[in-house]
Parts: sequence; C-alpha cells; structure tokens
Amino acid sequence: MSAPAGSPRPAASARIPPRLGGAGASGAAAPAGPGPAPPQQNGPAQNQMQFPSGYGLHPQNYIAPSGHYAQGPGKMTSLPLDSQRGDYYSGLYTVPTQNVVTPNTAGQQPGAQQMYGRVLPAPHMAGSALGSFPGATSSASHVHMSASVNHHNSPAVGAANSSVASQGFPSTCGHYAMSTVSNAAYPRVSYSSPPAGDPYGQQMFTSQNAPPVRPIRDNSFSGQNTAISHPSPLPPPPPQQYHQEQSLSGYSTLSWSASGLPSTQDNLLRNHTGSLATANNNPTSPVADSLSSSVMQNVQPPVSSPVVSTVLSGASSARTPAAACHPAEPAASVTQPSELFQQKGVDSSSTTSSASPGPNSYDALEGGSYPDMLSSSASSPAPDPAPESDPTSAPAPAAPQPSKVAKPFGYGYPALQPGYQNAAAPPGSGPPSASPVYSGFQQYAQYPGLNQLSSGLGGLSLQSAPQPESLRPVNLTQDRNVLPVTPVWAPVPNLNLDLRKLNCSPDSFRCTLTSIPQTQALLNKAKLPLGLLLHPFRDLTQLPVITSNTIVRCRSCRTYINPFVSFIDQRRWKCNLCYRVNDVPEEFMYNPLTRSYGEPHKRPEVQNSTVEFIASSDYMLRPPQPAVYLFVLDVSHNAVEAGYLTILCQSLLENLDKLPGDSRTRIGFLTFDSTIHFYDLQEGLSQPQMLIVSEIDDVFLPTPDSLLVNLHESKELIKDLLNALPTMFTNTRETHSALGPALQAAFKLMSPTGGRVSVFQTQLPSLGAGLLQSREDPNQRSSTKVVQHLGPATDFYKKLALDCSGQQTAVDLFLLSSQYSDLASLACMSKYSAGCIYYYPSFHCTHNPSQAEKLQKDLRRYLTRKIGFEAVMRIRCTKGLSMHTFHGNFFVRSTDLLSLANINPDAGFAVQLSIEESLTDTSLVCFQTALLYTSSKGERRIRVHTLCLPVVSSLADVYAGVDVQAAICLLANMAVDRSVSSSLSDARDALVNAVVDSLSAYGSTISNLQHSALIAPSSLKLFPLYVLALLKQKAFRTGTSTRLDDRVYAMCQIKCQPLVHLMKMIHPNLYRIDRLTDEGAIHVNDRVVPQPPLQKLSAEKLTREGAFLMDCGSVFYIWIGKSCDNNFIEDVLGCPNFASIPQKMTHLPELDTLSSERARSFITWLRDNRPLSPVLHVVKDESPAKTEFFQHLIEDRTEAAFSYYEFLLHIQQQICK
Amino acid sequence: MHQNYGFRLFKVDHNSRHAAPRRRGRRAPVSWDQGLSGRVGVRQPVLRKKRRRRRRRRRRMEVVVFVFSLLDCCALIFLSVYFIITLSDLECDYINARSCCSKLNKWVIPELIGHAIVTVLMLISLHWFIFLLNLPVATWNIYRFIMVPSGNMGVFDPTEIHNRGQLKSHMKEAMIKLGFHLLCFFMYLYSMILALIND
Repeated sequence: MSAPAGSPRPAASARIPPRLGGAGASGAAAPAGPGPAPPQQNGPAQNQMQFPSGYGLHPQNYIAPSGHYAQGPGKMTSLPLDSQRGDYYSGLYTVPTQNVVTPNTAGQQPGAQQMYGRVLPAPHMAGSALGSFPGATSSASHVHMSASVNHHNSPAVGAANSSVASQGFPSTCGHYAMSTVSNAAYPRVSYSSPPAGDPYGQQMFTSQNAPPVRPIRDNSFSGQNTAISHPSPLPPPPPQQYHQEQSLSGYSTLSWSASGLPSTQDNLLRNHTGSLATANNNPTSPVADSLSSSVMQNVQPPVSSPVVSTVLSGASSARTPAAACHPAEPAASVTQPSELFQQKGVDSSSTTSSASPGPNSYDALEGGSYPDMLSSSASSPAPDPAPESDPTSAPAPAAPQPSKVAKPFGYGYPALQPGYQNAAAPPGSGPPSASPVYSGFQQYAQYPGLNQLSSGLGGLSLQSAPQPESLRPVNLTQDRNVLPVTPVWAPVPNLNLDLRKLNCSPDSFRCTLTSIPQTQALLNKAKLPLGLLLHPFRDLTQLPVITSNTIVRCRSCRTYINPFVSFIDQRRWKCNLCYRVNDVPEEFMYNPLTRSYGEPHKRPEVQNSTVEFIASSDYMLRPPQPAVYLFVLDVSHNAVEAGYLTILCQSLLENLDKLPGDSRTRIGFLTFDSTIHFYDLQEGLSQPQMLIVSEIDDVFLPTPDSLLVNLHESKELIKDLLNALPTMFTNTRETHSALGPALQAAFKLMSPTGGRVSVFQTQLPSLGAGLLQSREDPNQRSSTKVVQHLGPATDFYKKLALDCSGQQTAVDLFLLSSQYSDLASLACMSKYSAGCIYYYPSFHCTHNPSQAEKLQKDLRRYLTRKIGFEAVMRIRCTKGLSMHTFHGNFFVRSTDLLSLANINPDAGFAVQLSIEESLTDTSLVCFQTALLYTSSKGERRIRVHTLCLPVVSSLADVYAGVDVQAAICLLANMAVDRSVSSSLSDARDALVNAVVDSLSAYGSTISNLQHSALIAPSSLKLFPLYVLALLKQKAFRTGTSTRLDDRVYAMCQIKCQPLVHLMKMIHPNLYRIDRLTDEGAIHVNDRVVPQPPLQKLSAEKLTREGAFLMDCGSVFYIWIGKSCDNNFIEDVLGCPNFASIPQKMTHLPELDTLSSERARSFITWLRDNRPLSPVLHVVKDESPAKTEFFQHLIEDRTEAAFSYYEFLLHIQQQICK
Repeated sequence: MHQNYGFRLFKVDHNSRHAAPRRRGRRAPVSWDQGLSGRVGVRQPVLRKKRRRRRRRRRRMEVVVFVFSLLDCCALIFLSVYFIITLSDLECDYINARSCCSKLNKWVIPELIGHAIVTVLMLISLHWFIFLLNLPVATWNIYRFIMVPSGNMGVFDPTEIHNRGQLKSHMKEAMIKLGFHLLCFFMYLYSMILALIND
C-alpha cells in the first residue's frame, strides 16, 4: 500500500494547485467533479461516505435499501428501517452503529476503496465534459487503476497536503479534526475531482461565517476561518490533518465533520489500516487516532483490523446506508450545479447504476446500492484489499464521485445529523459544519431568501450584456462549414451565475427557447416553436433524496418548493409559479446543517433543482404495488422459425436475479399462437404446467391465482420453464396469431396489481379480436405523393392500452418480424399505456446475427434498467404560460397530468407551450415536472425537476437564446403528429416552412443586411441543416424506398426518445478513425479515449484513403475506403488487406496495437454513453450495404432530395417570395 | 285534438292582450261572410271547403312539424348543454378523459340524427330558409362523424382530446351549437305560433 500511496500523492498534489489557483474556474469545475458521482450508484460509495450518511440524507437511503436487498434477506429487515428513517435524524442512528461496530470501519475501508474506483470515472466524466483538467483525469485514472492502493495512500497524501496547508493554522477545531480525518479518507476522492477543493475552502468559510469570509478561497485562509468560526469543543487535533483535508479534498466538507463520527471512524479505520500497511500513512494515522480518541470513545482504531471487517462490514453497511443515504443527498445537491457540466459527459450509462453491469445497478439506482457495499466489504477483509477492491470498484465507476458529491452537499442535511450525532456522541464534534454549504457564490445565489427577496427576479442582472456569439449573423450560403467540430451543447440560459448554477441539467429538462418571449405576439413574430423536452427519469449519477414528514408545496398551485422560490422572510415563501405567499412549515424551518431554525433556504429542496422526495401515504391511492412482470410470447410457426425465444429465454435466465424488484416481485408467462397457453408456476409443483385456452372469443383465466407467481419462491420452476420454452414449440404447424385475445388475457391477469407486460410478436395478428389486414402496398414504398396508413387501423389496441393504463399496466412491444406487421396499429398498445416499442425488422437469429445481437443487448438493458410503477407526471409552469400538446408515450388524463403506468429511464417527453398572458411583470419563468412513481422496492417517490428561464422583450434576445437541437426535436414531434393527422407531405411542408418563417422573420429584424444572402443568427445556423436531416430521415423521407413499418417505427422513436438520442438519430455524427491521435483525448476509466473532430455528413469528406465511423445512435457504421491504409486494416480490422475484409463484420477484433486500442476505446466510449448498445457494421466501399451508410450523408444530393446547398437556395427562394 | 287544445290555450293568451277585440271583429265578418256566400251561390262553398280543408290540413301539418322541431330542438339544446358541462368538467379535471369521451361519444350519433331529421323535415315541408340554415350544421355533424380516423374511439378521442387544443375547439363547437339551437328554438317557436294562428 505504501508504495502505491507514493504515486498517487504526486498526482493529487498536482491537481490540487489548479483547484486552489483558479478560484472561479476550479470552483465551477470542482462541483462538477463531485457532482458526477451519482448518489444512486454511490450506494456503495455512500456507505463509505458514511459521513454523509450521518446527515441522514435520503439519497443514501435510497441506495441503502436496495443494497440491503441485494445483500441478503437478512438485511432486508434492517432496510425498511433505514429507508424510512430517511429523516434527518437518521444520523443519530448511524452514529451509534458505526461507533459500536468498529469492524465496520474496517469493512468500510474497502468500501472506500470502491468509492475511489468509482470516483475515478466521475472525474473522467468531468474532464471529458469540460475538456480541461487533464491532470485530474489522469490522476483519476491512476486512482482507478489501484483503487485500493490509492485508498490507503490517500491518507498519506492528505497528510502531505495537510502539512503544507496546515502550516498556518495550528488551531483547528476538534470537529475539524474529526472531519479532517474523514477527509483523509476522502482525499482520494478529492483527487479525482480537483475542483472540489475550492468549494470546500469556501464552504468552510461560508458555513458558519458571514459572507466576508467567502471571498477568501485559499485553503490556509479557510483553515483559519474554520478554526475561528468553529470553536470545537473537542481537543484540537493536529492541525495538519485538518488542513490536509481541506486542501486535499475540497470536499472535506464541514458536513463531514458534522457527520463526523462515522466519517471519522472511517478515516480512522483507513488511517489505521494505512498505518499498518504502510509507513507513509503513519503521520496521518496517528493523528486520526488521536482525533478519534479525543472525539469519540471509539475503540475502533484497534478494531479496525481488516479481517474482522468483512463480516461486520456487512452489518455496518446495512445500518449505515440509511445514514449514508442522507448524506448522499446533500452531496448530490451540492454537486448539482456541477452536474450541468458533468452530466453531459457522464450521462446515464456510465454513471448510473443502470449502466453498471452488475445486478447492483438497479439497486443502486433505486435505493442505496448496497451491492457495492457488499463488494467492498468482501474486498475489505484483507488489509490490502487493493487487488480485490479494484475489480469491485471498477464495475461501478460512477459511484465514487457521488460520494464526494455527497459530502459537500451534505451540508444541507448533514447538519442535522451532526447535531444529533454530537448530542449522542461526545458533544465536542462541532455540528457547526453546517457551513458546508456551497461555495461562496452559491451561497449568495441561494440564500437570497433572507437577503434578496427577489433573487429570482434579479436573475437577469448579470446577463444584460447581449451574447454576441449566438447572435452573430452567419451567411449560410457562404459559410460552408456550419457544423462545429465538437458536439453541440445545449445553450446556457442567460441567467445570473447563481441561478445558472442552480438550474436543472439540460439533459433532463430543456426548452426550445432559453429566453422566453414576453408575449405571444413576440413569439409569433419569432416564428419559432416554444416547448419543453423532458427526460425526467433519466439515470442520474447523483440525486438528493429527501425524506421529511411534510413535503413543502404551494397551497394554491401545489408546486413543490424549489430553488427559485423567494423567501419573503423566515416564515414565508413566495411561489415562483403562481406567486402565492405560503407559510414555511415548522419542520422546514429547521436546518439540519446548522442545527438552527430559520434557515429554510439552505435545505436541500431549495439547493437543488432536481430532487427526489420519499412520499408519504398521502400520495398513495393504494398500497404501493409490487413489481409484476408478464411476458406474452408469440410461439406460432413464424416466431419459432425466427428463433427469438432462445435469445429471450437466455437473457431472462441471465438477468432473472437482476430484475428490479423486492421480495414481492412476481412474474408470469403466457404464450399464444391460435390458442393461448398459460403456465402454472405455483410453488410446490414439480414442473411448470401448461394450460391451454382455445376459446379466444371470450378469454378467461384458467387459474387466476397461480399464473403470476413470486419470483423468488418459484424460481426453480421459472428456470425450468425458460429452459424448456425454446424447444417446446419447435414442431408447431400453427401459423395463426391470436394476439388480441392474448392481450386481453394479459390484461385480465395484470389488472389486480398492474405492472409491466412485455409482448413479443412476429407477425400480423390474424385471429380473434384485434386482427389486422395488411395495408401496405409495396409499390408505394418510394412514392413521393401520399403515404397512407400511418395511423392505426383499429381502435382495439388503443382501447386495450387505455384499459391497461387505467389498471397501471404498461405494455411493451417487441416486434420481430420479417414482413409487414402493421406497427402503426400495434404500436398503440404501447403508446397509450406508457410502454416502449422495439422493432427488429427482418429478425432471424441465425440469418441476421446483427439483429440478434441487438435484441440480446436491448434485452439486457430492458430487463435490468430501473423501472417506476403506477406513475403520474405533472408539468407546471409559471402563470401566463400554458401547455397545449404533449408528445411521448403516455395517456393524458387531465389537462396537465400524464398517466404513466410505467416509467423507464429511456423515455423522453415533449410539451408544446403557448403564452396566454403577457409575462411583462416577471423576469423569470419556471417550469416544474413532478414525477410520482412507485419504485421497484415499493417506495412511493416523487422526482422533481425545476427549470428557470429568463423572460426577454426583444426579438434579438429571443433569437440569441434558441436551443436549436431542442427546437428540432420538438418540430420532429409536431411533424409526426401532423403526418398522422393530416399527411406526410403536409408535415414536410410544415418543416420547411418552419425554417423559412424563422429565417425570414430574423431577416426582417435586421434590415441593414442585404436580402440576397441567407442570414441566420449563429444560434440558428444549424437549423436548416437539421431540418434537411429530418426531411431525409426515415420517418419523413419520400422518394426513397421506405417500408411502412420502418417509417412508423422511426416516428415512434421520434415521439419517445429523449433529446440526446433523438439528435443522433436525426443527424448522425461522422468521425474519421484511421488517424486517431491522443490529441485532445479524454481519460475514462483509465482508458485514453481519442476525440476525433466531427465531420460534415457529406461524401466530400470521405476519402478513399480513410476509414470513417458514423454514429447513428442505434447503429454504428464503419466505412472503409477502397485504398485505405493497409496498416489500419491490418491493425484495427485484423485483415491483411482491403479485399479480405469480410462482407458482414460486426465486431472489431481485439488486437494489441495502438490504433486498434484507440479505435476500440473510442467506440466503447461512444457506446457507454447510451442505454442501448448500438450494433456495429463494417461497410466496405464496394459492398451493397454501403447504400445504408450513404443514405445518412444528408448533406449530399440524392435522386429524391435536395443537397444542403440546394436546400439553402430553396429556402432563400421561398423567403424572397 | 292535442293541437287544438294547444291552440286554444294560445288563443286565450292572445285574448288577454290587444288581439282580443280584433278577433271578435274578425269572427263576425266570417259569419257574416258565410251568410253572404250562402246567399250568392251554392257551388262555391264546395270548392272553398275543399281548399279550406287542404289549407287547414297543411296548416295543421305545419303545426305538427314545428312542434316536433321545437321538441327536437329542445333536446338538442339540452344535449349541447350536456356537452358543454361534460367538457368543462374535463377541463376542470373533475372527470378523466376516458369517461368523458365515452360519455360524449354515446351522444354523437343521436345528436347527428336528431339534427338531420329536423333538416330533412324542413326540406320536406318546404321551409327553404330554415332548411338552408340547418344544412351547414347538419353537414358538419356528418362530416365530423365520417372523418374520424379508423383508429380513434369516436369523435371525442381520449388520447387526443388534450392535444392541440382539441378540448378548446370541442368546447367552442358545443357553444356555437348551443347558440344555433337557441336561435332555431325561437324560430320554430315563432313559426309554430304563426302556424297555429293561421290555423
């Protein structure tokens, strides 16, 4: 351990300076660093984080419960307690537990290591997003490499740093000492996220002290401040450590100190271990010991022996999680600002639990993820967990960051716990740490409550300067390279810094206009669509979870309290949506962080624009339902021939244990051809019983009780069935498909509980209710005139979906057909029941291996991703705005209430807005989505996102704030509606008109420019390109042969994909990959990921000497030029020359060459950023498959459509008319 | 008989006002005229009787038509009010879209038929003005019913009623219809009275 310690240290030190130095930049970055760590995933991390847990923040609870589940039944009992405990007070509980369980600490250490491992990824993410901090990333990678080592080392590093930093400040509080200890543990974390350091320093100041302190960001200063501010009852620990903590981990939050006990213990443990293991640690460890001893009577240090820890750790983990959860939340809240930046990079896959391959993923997401804890504990047993810990940590890269985050964030909640802890434990620990608040600036921003009543209103203050860049006129016809070489990010609303930091991440919540026009007239003048794009259930890397008895909401409009409300005084707050003045409930007055009353503005609800509440029974119409899964499988001849059953059963067998749920989870199977087969899986049977119902006109359930069975009790029978299913129907001669009756049976089966129905269908339903006829005329596929039959042929599926939706059942459709199957009709069953649709054209398990692979990957994600049941989503907006149209898969139950039987992390929504009343009397508008759902663990939760945007009165400002990607996605949604309700050509015209109108409206506002040129503001320069891309998209193209089902599927995807994925679908990214270099590369999980520039989607960019990668979202194409460098072909593709490249190649061989490594790491990185792994196709220049590739080159002319330049000329012509 | 009764009632009403004396005056001449005609010739009374009978039958038919239209119109007014109430319930979130739409869809066809009958009746009874007035509305009703996409659950589709301001347009339509039916109601009422008076 010592050896590794040495290495990490330098890295840490290197990073630190940047943090300290660049207050502004680093500050911003720092939060980001911590931010990325998803609280959910952190589960494990959080455990380690225990300090945070002390806070009693829910986030950990969140994780923790899951973790418990994951760990074992034994823990399960404990879980509920923890989870429910969610209260601030949980801290108390946690403290004792930790104290008592010294071994825990040992166990925790491993956990800590894991944390680090996870942490690493987060930093990477940050790095990627920001592009800066290469040092940090590298360090992170180091950490990652030797997570365990680093872990141990960290203390040492911390010591070193501390020694430096501490010099000035001999007098650190006992508390701080405590905290410092914990910090020591954390430092590693901090390494990963250098920026964090600054915030900490600030936090120290801010926490207790008055604003004056804030300006000072130096650690040394902070140290002093802290010392001053927090007279700690405890004996002053060696100042060095304290300083170290601060310096090292910007995060060494006060909150930690507050939570102190657990954290300190951890630290102690770590320290001890460190001391044991390595001499280097010694300096720190002694301190820690002293601290620990002084602070607490804990005997822990001695106990900490790693060996013991394993067993204990499990217990400790179980207990701690609850506490940990709370801390985690705060952390999350803290980090959130950073999230904005980081999230982009991190996004769902990598960070989120779902991403994590392990079973934990779900747990992690949902509740605390204990699994990590477990793993950590497992690793922990050995004093030198390093080797073991690494693997464990590696899987959950995201987790570590959350922990960091949690700490800083914890302040909000942590304070309470610390207080409690203090009370329980030696009074010495200074809860004061409450200060942990944000960095100084944030405080300013947030606490307006007291100081600035109308902080919200003041939002615009800083911005007043116009954004020259977004308004810079671009002559589209002359500027040939409008496409930037780096991915397009969402524009940042023109708010002041405080609000900007608080604002919701653009990944979850985006508006097409980041500056809202004051009146409808102004909006009409701008000719731009106004709407919101939502991704509310996104896998988050960090999420503050709040448990409190009263969820504070506006009394008149029921808005949840959010960062953009204003506090009129300490007792009242003014709703930012309806402007009603509400009382602050007594409970809310108590700020756990400071243990003081009267600081409601420091509560996590007010510090974070994305929070999750654990809802009370007020939010339930019935007891939370268990997770129920029903699989409805087509076993007609066609289906058996396609062979999907094998893949499905295999995936199910693999993921049976990872299905999200708790001990009540139920599962059932139903197969159908011309009859319906039920499977009795009641526990106690020796083998599954098949019950056949041939009465399809009036379907009944043969044995209503035993068809949906408990997953855990009947697992053996289920496995038997899954093993037998693929071969059961091999000789079937039945070609009919009674889908309708099967769905009716499924509905009957599910209606008592609700849940998820997964339907696998391979052909047109031909029997019973809901039978369909083929409506496609193959001769019309490439017609340029009318495309018919985009709507459903019957209302059977719609009615069924509405019935299902009413019974909280969602129907997910997997359509695997080789012929026309009338997706337009079938899709209704998912559209209105909030399900999702997957379509695999010409699926065959052997003839079409790429589709088979895709199904396999999709199923893996589908089965293990997070899921919310019986959900409703309500979107509220500031008075004066109103929503009039919703897009996505759901049923609109009342004007603003979307009924979602299930919600999944891959679902996106869009809303169109109109301005009903003038917004002249306000400078900010807010939008809030509240998603109420039942987690798979049976908890009722509310996830709330709040977005705040400025109101502008001039047309120029409106144009400056256009979010062109969001606008395009909204337009695409509207166009789908239009083509179904009217006609495809109408929709296409509307799209073109959207460009023409907006550009001509812009042109008329700048009269000084010549009319001959096509001028667009810089913010809109991609608009024509994207619209052209839409026109050439499968959904809207004409003139190119497009199968009706393909077209309808593309439309379904447009309606329900979140923005990020939709953009890739509309406008793929093209990279040249035969000359990848490390220039500008980012580091992820100790891999170097090259970042080649984006290329225009035009054949002019393709050279015969090159190889290009096209990222279409769900598909990757690698195009190999005819005279591509043989070295590349040999090194990357593993073929001697161009001619020997096989026609169907879907994998890059793992070759041990630099270029192969680069290409693979780049592709892996692209894949990791999305929920569904795309399939890779290698396309040779001559192969017939190249048309697939070339049809995505949207800037080029095709026989049926304009080239980009022609399109511009066409627009110009239209404008001049 | 029924009509006569109503007529008489009406007459009584009229009597109480200024028309009473006039009627008396008119009646007298009629009797006087009859006497006169009896004096003048014998064959004329037969023709006159036939004509008068025809005219009276026609007038009576007219009365029947208008009374029926009046009743029908009342029903349509109630239906419009019901539509408005149900839609505004939906707007206020008192009922959910599903039940609202199934309620309303039930009445779309009765409304359509009710209105079509009146329109046809007017055509048959050769009331051109009233027929032309009703024609566009009846056409719209039929058009709306025919143009429902095959996948929709009726004119009111729960999945779309909240989209694209459909709720508002349905509401507007129901309001306009209510106004139209009220207008018709008074027209029928006036025509009926006129018919009864002429009878």
